[in-house]
Amino acid sequence: MSMLEIENLSVEPADGGQRILNNVNLTVDFGYTNVLFGPNGSGKSALLRAIMGFGDYKVVEGRILFNGEDITNLSVDERAEKGLGIMLQRPPNMTGVKLSSLIKAISKENMDIDKVAEELDMKRFMDREINVGFSGGEIKRSELLQLIAQNPCMYLIDEPESGVDLVSINKVGTKIQEMLNANLECIGERSVKGKSALIITHTGQILDYLEADRAYIMCSGKIMCSGNPRKLLDEIKSQGYEECIRCKLNQI
Amino acid sequence: MQTKSNLKQDLKERAEKALDKKASYGQDFDLSEYEIAPSESEQVETLTEWDEKTQKQLLNTGVVPSGEGRSGSLVVLNNAVSYSSTKSENVELIPTKQAREKYDWLDDYAWNLVPVDADKYTAATYLQQPNGYFIRAHAGKKETLPVQTCLLLGNKEVSQTVHNIIIVEENAELEIITGCTTKEEVMSGLHLGISEMYVKKGGKLTFTMVHNWAEDIGVRPRTKVKVEEGGTFINNYIALKPVKSIQSYPTAFLDGKGAVARFNTIAVGHPGSELDLGSKAVFNAPETKAELISRTITTGGNVVARGEMEGNADDAKGHLECRGLVLSDDGSQRAIPILEANLQNVELTHEAAVGKIARDQVEYLMSRGLSEDEAVGMIVRGFLDVGIKGLPDELENDINETIDKIGEHAM
Ligand SMILES: Nc1ncnc2c1ncn2[C@@H]1O[C@H](COP(=O)(O)OP(=O)(O)O)[C@@H](O)[C@H]1O
Ligand SMILES: [Mg+2]
Repeated sequence: MSMLEIENLSVEPADGGQRILNNVNLTVDFGYTNVLFGPNGSGKSALLRAIMGFGDYKVVEGRILFNGEDITNLSVDERAEKGLGIMLQRPPNMTGVKLSSLIKAISKENMDIDKVAEELDMKRFMDREINVGFSGGEIKRSELLQLIAQNPCMYLIDEPESGVDLVSINKVGTKIQEMLNANLECIGERSVKGKSALIITHTGQILDYLEADRAYIMCSGKIMCSGNPRKLLDEIKSQGYEECIRCKLNQI
Repeated sequence: MQTKSNLKQDLKERAEKALDKKASYGQDFDLSEYEIAPSESEQVETLTEWDEKTQKQLLNTGVVPSGEGRSGSLVVLNNAVSYSSTKSENVELIPTKQAREKYDWLDDYAWNLVPVDADKYTAATYLQQPNGYFIRAHAGKKETLPVQTCLLLGNKEVSQTVHNIIIVEENAELEIITGCTTKEEVMSGLHLGISEMYVKKGGKLTFTMVHNWAEDIGVRPRTKVKVEEGGTFINNYIALKPVKSIQSYPTAFLDGKGAVARFNTIAVGHPGSELDLGSKAVFNAPETKAELISRTITTGGNVVARGEMEGNADDAKGHLECRGLVLSDDGSQRAIPILEANLQNVELTHEAAVGKIARDQVEYLMSRGLSEDEAVGMIVRGFLDVGIKGLPDELENDINETIDKIGEHAM
């Protein structure tokens, strides 16, 4: 059993249209940090949103297993309850909803969230409406603060480095690394090995801050290959994603 | 020149002629169907003499029965003042009738902003020679504690008529909380309320009105405000409970240079409720400013949010925001913004939006572990948060409970 198993998953937009994901298979073992590479528009965000259960996508084939349990048809809050947490690439503007209200509603009692807010330089945003007028880096830091308050068992993280300046990347990268290694309250094997994560990265920059165990490459809604994160990143950097497609075609 | 009695005769004739004049907006009420509410009611020594339920009704409209934290209290029960007390030298708070006997000069203020023949409701109210509250903040005095007043409907199927006059003298500051409600067993009736407010040079008035009526009550407030040079008028209006029909269109005339008005309206249209809520600013002097904010929700009722700004002077600046949430297929939301500039140097803007809660916002909160109800509640609470400050805890709690119920029934 793994923390997350995606089996043969195909996904379409809920309001109809072309398939976005095609027979995706992907696994994240307990305590593993896996990364997902892929060019823009390949379907990475769609996969993460489908795992979390957001209503803009519908699963037309396959299933999602979390901690051995089929969660394909659960609601978003039920998945959160089971221990999934997500950092969105482009979260919605939450007009009227203050960051402090949400943090207060989701924080676990035993957590010094003020300290985390301080470290992420988010204290002065607590009275602001979530994401409204936030810069790229502020959005990521706010997402991270929420995730830490939420303290899930597994993290789904969508492009933590996109639209972020260097100072913020440093803060965000370091904090994610800390978060993945933080003590957890999850039962069983997970608590021995640490938390699990699936991190989307377009540039691979996040790998400067954390060790990943396994990488997948996605192109046009399909998983092309998987392997050692650094090796795959080197190959992408030297040969581009076109090579992945060629490579995949050669396998057939 | 007209003599006083001539003037009164004239007003009386105008009112009589207007007795059948329908209002421009809102459903029409046949006044003959309602008995006139008793013009005498029991006097109480303190509001804590009243039964628990009535005290709770008061608390939920922001009126503290003990009078704690208030500079004065006055309650109009039906058509009579049944309680009045003032703790501060900075303000005068007495029944309108008493004030008009005491001060001849009030003839220049009474029925000066609200025309007696505006519609049948103003006409009927005038002809009944109503009581109400008179509040005066003395010149240069800044009272830190609010004055509270309550308009309480105590009998079934009657019409209550009140006439309120507020004068904030030069450089004075005052906050008023007015709660309008019914005794618990009173479900039907009519409330007609005339309010004339004067903010003199450099004065500041914050007026917060909470409406907690009942399912079958018709409400026709008629409010006009005159703001002089450098004066500020802030109006907060909260109507979150079921009611049959409220139609109001308070208007601020910014008559002195640099006068400022702000209207905040938050309201919920429940099934069977008609809410026609407007606010209007008339910029009659240079450099006047106004902000009109309306946040309304329908859970099945019909809501009209009107906002109007009329720019008649140079460098007038105003912004109007009407946002409406639709949480049911049965209700409707109409936002009707009107901007009128009669000069070049006027800047009036508006934004209006009506629609449902965005699904992605709800799911975003759900992905943090909130249930759907909690997520909707949090969004609704944020939507209604226009920064009204200084409400008593009981009222805040009651507002939160109302919002939680809305969250449970939405989507
Ligand atoms: N709701 C939607 N309806 C239709 N097409 C969509 C929708 N969301 C995403 N897509 C399309 O699906 C593809 C994958 O998008 P996305 O998952 O955002 O890519 P990535 O995150 O890899 O850059 C893109 O071509 C995008 O335009
Ligand atoms: Mg993406």
